[in-house]
Amino acid sequence: MGVEGIGARVVRKEDRRFITGQGRYVDDVKMVGMSYAHFIRSPHAHAKVKGIDSTEAMKMPGVIAVLTGQQIVDDKVGNLICGWAITSKDGSPMKMGAWPAMAPETVRFVGQAVAVVIAETKNQAKDAAEAVVVDYEELPAAADIKAAIKPGAPQLHPEAPGNIVYDWHLGDEAAVKDAFSKAANVVTLDLTNNRLVPNAMEPRAAVAHYDQAEEHYTLYTTSQNPHVARLVLSAFYNIAPEHKLRVIAPDVGGGFGSKIYIYPEEMVALWASKKVNRPVKWTGDRSEAFLTDAHGRDHVSKAEMAFDKDNKILGLRVKTHANFGAYMSLFSSAVPTYLYATLLSGQYVIPAIYAEVIGVYTNTTPVDAYRGAGRPEASYLIERMMETAARQLKVDPAELRKKNFITTFPYQTPVIMAYDIGDFHASIDAAMKAIDYAGFPARKAKAKADGKLRGIGLSCYIEACGIAPSKAVGSLGAGVGLWESAEIRVNPVGTIEVLTGSHSHGQGHETTFCQIIAERLGVPISQVSIVHGDTDKVQFGMGTYGSRSLAVGGTAIVKAMEKVEAKAKKIAAHALEASESDIVIENGEFKVTGTDKSIALPMVALAAYTAHNLPDGMEPGLKETAFYDPTNFTFPAGAYICELEVDPGTGKTSFVNFVAADDFGRLINPMIVEGQVHGGLAQGIGQALLEGAVYDDTGQLVTASFMDYTMPRADDLPSFQLSHTTTLCPGNPLGVKGCGEAGAIGASAAVINAITDAIGNNKLEMPATPDRVWHAIHG
Amino acid sequence: MYETNYHRASSVADAAATFAKGAESKFLAGGQTLLPVMKQRLAAPSDVIDLSKVQEMIGIEVSGDTVTIKAATPHYDVAQSDAVKKAIPALAKLASEIGDPAVRYRGTIGGSLANNDPAADYPAAVLALGAVVKTNKRSIAAEDFFKGLFSTALEDGEIITAVSFPVPAKAGYAKFPNPASRFALTGVFVAKTKSGDVRVAATGASQSGVMRVAPIEQALKANWAASALDSVTIPASGLLADIHGSADYRANLVKVMGQRAVTAAG
Repeated sequence: MGVEGIGARVVRKEDRRFITGQGRYVDDVKMVGMSYAHFIRSPHAHAKVKGIDSTEAMKMPGVIAVLTGQQIVDDKVGNLICGWAITSKDGSPMKMGAWPAMAPETVRFVGQAVAVVIAETKNQAKDAAEAVVVDYEELPAAADIKAAIKPGAPQLHPEAPGNIVYDWHLGDEAAVKDAFSKAANVVTLDLTNNRLVPNAMEPRAAVAHYDQAEEHYTLYTTSQNPHVARLVLSAFYNIAPEHKLRVIAPDVGGGFGSKIYIYPEEMVALWASKKVNRPVKWTGDRSEAFLTDAHGRDHVSKAEMAFDKDNKILGLRVKTHANFGAYMSLFSSAVPTYLYATLLSGQYVIPAIYAEVIGVYTNTTPVDAYRGAGRPEASYLIERMMETAARQLKVDPAELRKKNFITTFPYQTPVIMAYDIGDFHASIDAAMKAIDYAGFPARKAKAKADGKLRGIGLSCYIEACGIAPSKAVGSLGAGVGLWESAEIRVNPVGTIEVLTGSHSHGQGHETTFCQIIAERLGVPISQVSIVHGDTDKVQFGMGTYGSRSLAVGGTAIVKAMEKVEAKAKKIAAHALEASESDIVIENGEFKVTGTDKSIALPMVALAAYTAHNLPDGMEPGLKETAFYDPTNFTFPAGAYICELEVDPGTGKTSFVNFVAADDFGRLINPMIVEGQVHGGLAQGIGQALLEGAVYDDTGQLVTASFMDYTMPRADDLPSFQLSHTTTLCPGNPLGVKGCGEAGAIGASAAVINAITDAIGNNKLEMPATPDRVWHAIHG
Repeated sequence: MYETNYHRASSVADAAATFAKGAESKFLAGGQTLLPVMKQRLAAPSDVIDLSKVQEMIGIEVSGDTVTIKAATPHYDVAQSDAVKKAIPALAKLASEIGDPAVRYRGTIGGSLANNDPAADYPAAVLALGAVVKTNKRSIAAEDFFKGLFSTALEDGEIITAVSFPVPAKAGYAKFPNPASRFALTGVFVAKTKSGDVRVAATGASQSGVMRVAPIEQALKANWAASALDSVTIPASGLLADIHGSADYRANLVKVMGQRAVTAAG
């Protein structure tokens, strides 16, 4: 590796502008004549909208327009879509109610927009919004899964009787029944996977501009996938033709999944910009983020695992209710099905698996993919099950896992996934060594003498990342392909621009992707620029989510580079009067192997563009594009072990140690990988100990601000001990698997397993607040 | 935020006079509660009178057996004060644990007491130490000052100018923070006066705001030791309950934090 190539801990190029406050976010965009939007939102979880009177508001200073849900329907703007069709076990398609961008008739969650005020200033828009009179007729609400599925529950959508979106299943029910009939032991577990609010640091925002002369729209928006946004806005929402719409996602301050979707506010801003013929800005505040950013998780599950007399797993049966909130968000349907049940084999040989998933509407904020998306829910279930089983079977939890690990690859699970490679023993051994697992009993005894309850908990996660391949996801109901694109432009002076369909909103692509180029050409990363996030600049791409940017987007860059290099070698060979097969690339030069003859990259590039002396028939220029669609998911995996102490007097948990041994395949920039793991672990630990969205019975969000929603702070977290074991991913030329979600997927179970070990009571739900832990200790 | 008229007061008298002129005036101290509430449009004062630069309201004085903290003194100054650390170390520790550094640089003792948030830290110290709240009109004993959630004996337009704490023989504060807000889920301040009396106050626990804790006071009068509270039971009735802590959990915290406060007091 070179000093800036693959494996180098290169300082992030983008951090200079971020840490000096010079990032350019959507809210930084200002346009001449810009107006401001403020949404009028339902205070009720479920109500009929009987009327909206904006007479007084329209008389107020600075007010340009008050636009309502009915107007957006009248303008034939499409309803929001769900892009993944799921079929119930009885063969019927999922049952979806309509989701208009602003509610013309019925509101179904607190915070749903019914109208928008456009005014000269933000404050004027807010003042006028208070003068708009909305006549609501309150309806009874179903605020959680239990309330929504009980007989006589309030109905959200006529299309979905009983509030059931789908009743789906995966696996072999008969085989599982057979496995359980042969079981020596059966372990059962009921659990809840708590609802989370994403809380990206930057709230969502949009600046929309309609150019009347060109009949052209521009939308600056906080998006993880601007091309998908453009496609959906044009093809499904009918707001602008695709070629007349430019979507720009500039610097974006965190996404975690919540900025994949094309939300009502961004749609309305774009639609309104033509309506009022002015640029329109909307910047959400934190309260709006709590109420309207798609939430994550929210499962209630019952699981049973069958073991033979030697403690080998025979089968797994899972029944999960998944809360979708009031509407089906863009990829929501796939999260508790193909991103969840397909991972229920974990790291283990489980001959038979049967999972049922019932998707439920409730009068709450829509739920969709959030860092990990389905895989944290699966991993949490399996890893709490393994710990519970070890306790019930009275065997060491590490030994029980090792006894059941998958050890030969490729391995076909009973739930679609075919794991390509892994070494689960290596990960758990590294983690056990790092935490001195053998020494734990002595440490526990010492802690007991000090009045503290010490516990240790393991979590051996596996995830399917690099979300792709298109053909596979298409066969499972996806409405889009999940490939990625890259274009490499070698400029006439030899500098390089990489146009990627991936989008960086914290991931460090501007550094990592440059390192791939540096590795191949031996040029400094300062000569390479990454261009992303603008549909006018970059070819169509699918964006960033599901830990896919490197495995899919990075590979597209490699594929484009291969084309560039092939052409450049031809040019070099022609210039050096050598055979193309003798040309090697080293330190930015094209050399004739075994000789001192060489030509530097800038000269090759210049030759390509002057075209004075190119091989016969060769087109000028040095620019290539590749679209890459992998053949399989990637399967990052690892072992996390958490050691902690519980204060029996208060139920407060304090970390002693947290070790993570991950297998992400090849690491391009280990420093960035570690940052990703730290962030993921913080979110996983946050889910385990701190975070939880709570609604009251009427559907009001109780945790609607940071005064009640506990975001992890630095002092809530331990100093992590990270290590890596490596099996190279065979599915892509970089050998990479993805690292963005692992921490959030694996950490929660390790923490809860450690606490339940410490307190000797397995009945504990997340977040394990001091109150809950204290009650679990003292009853 | 709604539009408002901002005034920076130059003196206590100036502040009182400006307040009287406004239709719906509010005093602004450190702004750690008022400003967020205004930003959310939940408060709409016609006039905001800023006390934070009134020099006669800033500073700490120790004379004899009394520590006087002027009302606009920020928590950071109290936490860092060598004089406070020496005279009433538990008070400096309490101030050092309020909110986060940004809150401590701006938030003031007068603002905290006037707001009387049921989960604020200072009320526990004021009540347990038997402090006297001084205003531009009178002196109010701690006993008479706190009147329940967000309610005090202050009259409209009355300004806290200082708080005088008698130096105790021993004092300790133990706080269990709300995981989200870091306010006190329950905080207990224990004090043994130089005359041998024991006063204990808990914040964050009661539906009526800061409260004396008689069972703990009685046990500690008999025996000033954490173990003296082992057999004490705090009734859960009348205690706050929310997603962060049920009433019985808070009752437990009153006892456990009481014990830890005694240990801290020595």
